[in-house]
Amino acid sequence: MVTNVTNFSRSGLYDWMAQRVSAVVLAAYVLFLLGFVVANPGLGYAEWQALFSNNAMRIFSLLSLVALSVHAWVGMWTISTDYLTPMALGKWATVVRFLFQAACGVAMFAFFVWGVQIFWGN
Amino acid sequence: MGDGYLTSALPDNFALIVRGSQCDKKAVNSQRPVNLDLRTIKLPITGVTSFLHRVSGIILFFGIAVLLYGLDKSLASAEGFAEVKECLTSPLAKFVIWGLLSALLYHLVAGVRHLIMDMGIGETLEGGKLGSKIVLVVSTILIVLLGVWIW
Repeated sequence: MVTNVTNFSRSGLYDWMAQRVSAVVLAAYVLFLLGFVVANPGLGYAEWQALFSNNAMRIFSLLSLVALSVHAWVGMWTISTDYLTPMALGKWATVVRFLFQAACGVAMFAFFVWGVQIFWGN
Repeated sequence: MGDGYLTSALPDNFALIVRGSQCDKKAVNSQRPVNLDLRTIKLPITGVTSFLHRVSGIILFFGIAVLLYGLDKSLASAEGFAEVKECLTSPLAKFVIWGLLSALLYHLVAGVRHLIMDMGIGETLEGGKLGSKIVLVVSTILIVLLGVWIW
């Protein structure tokens, strides 16, 4: 029976790199958005809507959404393989870990689709 | 089995626990049992910041849903935008947003430290401890400033 599945890309180095690259994209997006909100105290709907309907912003948002999916996956995978172990959970660890990772994957996919609808649908 | 078997063969005061960084060469070479059960090892400061990085990551994973919901509503219509703005004046919503953004800021600061360490800076034991302290101080300042900005 297979009890230990390797990570998504089957390469620790690739996951490590993906985590870093996605982190830089997310940091840029978060700092930009926080900066925008802090710099515009009386923010109105028109400005807000104009920001997100701008094509450059749509591309930036979608890029960040992809980065978020990658980053969240690597993070949740790491945590689940560290804590949901036979030492912590006994013989059901593999089942629990698999279900947890599947739930994370489904949730992240749902977030991704929802995000695409928000950024490209409004 | 396991712990019971090992500990019963040792005097009561025998330290089974390897305290983080104090795991030296002697302990590695000795035939003594080494405790690697992470749940019973006291965390050094570097462990605390690492653990908080993980916890903040999990909070953010669930927080994405809240943030996407707010973003969706605020962009859908002018009424939705007004509703979100109105909601953000309530103490509970302010607290939730403060909590989520605090997790985000901490995760960001700790993440930047990781990138700096990837460049080979602060990789020694002392550097790691100092880096952890800097992460805690900087993120605390940012989180307090965030609270001031929200309220």
